[in-house]
Amino acid sequence: MPKMNLSHFEAAFLFSLFASVVMGVVTKRTDRDRLHYGIYTFACFLLALFALGWLMYFGHG
Amino acid sequence: MVKEKELQQKQPMAPIGVWFPAVALAWLIPGGGHFLLKRNGRGALLAASVTGMFLCGLMMQGAMFQPQSGDLLTTLINTGGFIGDFCSGILYLLSVCFGYSQPDIAGHVHDYGTKFLVTAGLLNVLAMVDAYEIAAGRKE
Repeated sequence: MPKMNLSHFEAAFLFSLFASVVMGVVTKRTDRDRLHYGIYTFACFLLALFALGWLMYFGHG
Repeated sequence: MVKEKELQQKQPMAPIGVWFPAVALAWLIPGGGHFLLKRNGRGALLAASVTGMFLCGLMMQGAMFQPQSGDLLTTLINTGGFIGDFCSGILYLLSVCFGYSQPDIAGHVHDYGTKFLVTAGLLNVLAMVDAYEIAAGRKE
């Protein structure tokens, strides 16, 4: 099995991508709504990722 | 909207024969329930996402949980983690059959890997619930 050595950002980005696709697919009732919701959740993941990243950066002083 | 939700809540549970094959296949093969119900596009997306997440977890050398008893937190984490891993279906069964056994080691990559493995199973649970709703006629 090949090994993956990712940074925090790369790992969290991949996590967000896979989770958003599944959430988009299972949540809404039309394809258009699914696409919108998938993009929305992915954007929320990324926003939280950057916000928490900066929060931890400033929290460390 | 509210009435629609109320109507859905009042619907009786569909007979087990209607939804069980789809839900069982959805557990065993990620996206399989959707393929059985002829939702091929959505099935392919679910299969790719859950399998991709599980394989990333394996390549990051994440640890698999085993049920353990002890204090409440240990039991909760290990049993919950085991259920999450197990919900990946054939991906979990194959990795155990081929002897995948990674000790829980320090490092952010391995830690992410462990979370990827558990989350792949939890995402598959969402896919199983969706397959159930489609099979029971509550969703297109």
